Amino acid sequence: MVETMTFDIAIVGSGIAGLRAAIEAAQSANGKLSIAVITKVQAMRSHSVSAEGGTAAVLYPDKGDTFESHIYDTIKGSDFLADQDAVEFFVRAMPAEIYRLEHWGMPWSRIEDGRIAQRNFGGYNFPRATFAADRVGFFEMQTLYDTTRKFDNIQFFQEWFATSLIVDHGIFRGLTAIDMKTGSFHAFQAKAGIIATGGAGRLYRFATYGYSSTPDGLSLAYHAGAPIEDMEFVQFHPTGLIPSGILITEGARGDGAILLNNKGDRFMKKYAPEKLDLASRDVVSRAIMTEINEGRGLRDEVSGMDHVLLDLRPVGAEKIKANLSGIREIAIKFKGIDPIDEPLPVRPVCHYTMGGIRTNVKAETQIAGLWSAGEAACVSINGANRLGANSTAECLVFGAQSGAGAASYASGQASHAPDQQVVEAEEKRLFDEILHGSGSENPYEARTQVQTIMDTYAYVYRDGPGLTEGLKQLRTLHNTAFRHVDDQAKEYNSNFTDVLELESMFEVAEIVLAGGLARTESRGAHSRTDYPKRDDNKWLKHTLAYRDAEGPRIEYAPVTITKYTPAERHY
Amino acid sequence: MKSSRSYQEFDVPYEAGMTVLSALLHAKEYSDHSIAIRYSCRMASCGSCGMMINGVPRLACYTQVAELPEATITVGPLDHYPLVRDLVTSFDGFFDKHRSVAPFLIRKDAIEQATATSEFAQSSRELDEFLQFSYCIKCGLCNAACPTMTNDPAFIGPQALGQAYRYIADSRDEGAMQRLGAVDSRHGIWRCHFAGSCSFVCPKGVDPALAIQKLRWLTASKPGSNKAGTKPLPILTK
Repeated sequence: MVETMTFDIAIVGSGIAGLRAAIEAAQSANGKLSIAVITKVQAMRSHSVSAEGGTAAVLYPDKGDTFESHIYDTIKGSDFLADQDAVEFFVRAMPAEIYRLEHWGMPWSRIEDGRIAQRNFGGYNFPRATFAADRVGFFEMQTLYDTTRKFDNIQFFQEWFATSLIVDHGIFRGLTAIDMKTGSFHAFQAKAGIIATGGAGRLYRFATYGYSSTPDGLSLAYHAGAPIEDMEFVQFHPTGLIPSGILITEGARGDGAILLNNKGDRFMKKYAPEKLDLASRDVVSRAIMTEINEGRGLRDEVSGMDHVLLDLRPVGAEKIKANLSGIREIAIKFKGIDPIDEPLPVRPVCHYTMGGIRTNVKAETQIAGLWSAGEAACVSINGANRLGANSTAECLVFGAQSGAGAASYASGQASHAPDQQVVEAEEKRLFDEILHGSGSENPYEARTQVQTIMDTYAYVYRDGPGLTEGLKQLRTLHNTAFRHVDDQAKEYNSNFTDVLELESMFEVAEIVLAGGLARTESRGAHSRTDYPKRDDNKWLKHTLAYRDAEGPRIEYAPVTITKYTPAERHY
Repeated sequence: MKSSRSYQEFDVPYEAGMTVLSALLHAKEYSDHSIAIRYSCRMASCGSCGMMINGVPRLACYTQVAELPEATITVGPLDHYPLVRDLVTSFDGFFDKHRSVAPFLIRKDAIEQATATSEFAQSSRELDEFLQFSYCIKCGLCNAACPTMTNDPAFIGPQALGQAYRYIADSRDEGAMQRLGAVDSRHGIWRCHFAGSCSFVCPKGVDPALAIQKLRWLTASKPGSNKAGTKPLPILTK
């Protein structure tokens, strides 16, 4: 008998979306619901902490900002793939989230009259990125984690690795997980579940993500029959510091920093005459790669990486120290360069996955009783390309939605014990097939190879032959004997969880490549050199990947258009 | 549960810009897959990778190999935390101590707090009163460095005390008396001997030593605690 714990709601993931959901659920139903937050890291260490620039919201209609403007900027930024009803809802819900966080202690930066400050950000027609120095994600995480400590009905399961969802006749009933501290296997019985496990960016080697950002949460849903949507749209943030990939926030450009090529030219004037360095991220990343591909980049001697320069000197020392102290620290510590004096070497870096578990506006997945929110989900707010400062925002709105929805559902739902046979089959799969599996390939080398395949064939610019070759290499690699664990200890066996993560990396990498190969157009972040134009006639639709025996089965779903007609994007 | 402990040696090829974390991960990936180590962001935001490096509590991702004096680097689990395995320690007690100081914004009107439609005004000066203490990433290096923690495991510790001050000093907070009550105790602020090791090792400039001294000053000024009968500070009318 596997030990089973019972809760009303089980949340997998403890980033901004997961913690916001937990608080929302904890406050619902007179505080009577029991909530488990199951996270493979210590709760406050989720990668949301690294978000730097800001959280977008319409706070100042008195200064000329409007919901309409934020809605249109987001839809245009998405290259018209976003679901417009969802964007309308999201934008209207945002201001309340900013004030709620503020009342929970968030140290938003302020303007002279004591109100909350906002800054310029890429792709917006009004400076609506609400910021807290240049560590918005860290401060949001701190505010949310600290606030969870008020609630006795939120119980954390830290460094517990979720391995499968328990779904019975299409209804969520719970999940299985390994307690990493002891190596023991457990089942959770829950009336409602929320997956908020963040992005998939560690599919790539050059990425802003922490090491924990592997797509295990997506695999949980994929295996349970939920479709993964729009995974081919991977955002490459224009300014990743080389060679580490650490993010240099767009807020630097918002405050006046500019991009230069090897001739010292501000090349963005060619690609985005109006918005220049603050065009949307896909436009800027393509511009940088074009400059590099046409010989106007620079090469780093140590790492061999081609790059351009981000010059912060126009921002000025005072403003850098006030608003960009975090990235100054990063540049000095990780590259030995002080941006007050010298430009930083940067290159497009894997930063965000627009795709994820398909949900509706209420954050519901296609599995009854299961919600998803944050970067792990695809509503779709961000369509083919996300604007900066909209992700932390999305996590708050849909974290709250999923918490409220799960709480309401759980209040009227009976609890069902998980099928012991299903649970025991999962235990067998994990321990007999993987922990005690055999093989000669080093799983860590296999992991590096997956990342190299993605860096090579699914980067800023892709093409049919490359994506085909990438799929071939990936599938060949997947068939090698990497599924074994040298470390046979029970306590804190990260070798075991690293191999489990690698399994999900193979699955989701395949979805990215297959979806990208099928989509014969360029839209947003998906740029095909062999299909360079956007094709609304054939491709104004979402990609859905369902799990099948031979790999992802691709289907399509329409984009919800309310009143914004797709138009050509110019910045 | 005591087990015999010994050092293992790994040779790692040096690359420019290598951190102690990337060196350890190289050893894990190529020499010994079983090395137990906690890590995530690799950019000193998440606080996962605290460990003893050449005898000093440091973040492995924030320590460049090149800044250490010798090619032999000694790493071990953080002092003062129960060992789980190799470089991984248990933070359960640490999280409990943090929670014990009510580390969240307290407002008397809980309904207003939950239904805000605009912000509390706060000036940049008021923000600066507590902002540095907000930079705490809960990495635990301060509690590892603290000499009082060696002798008194019940000491609340610099991290939690720093966070008690962070909230008391926030102009929006109304929970000062409650929190001062929690820290004005035998294993609270009076246990600190002002070694300052906590502030010395903090990778984010939080200065918990300063926070503890400020807490003592506030406690001594509490209404009823001062026989001379001077007025309590405005911060304590909250």
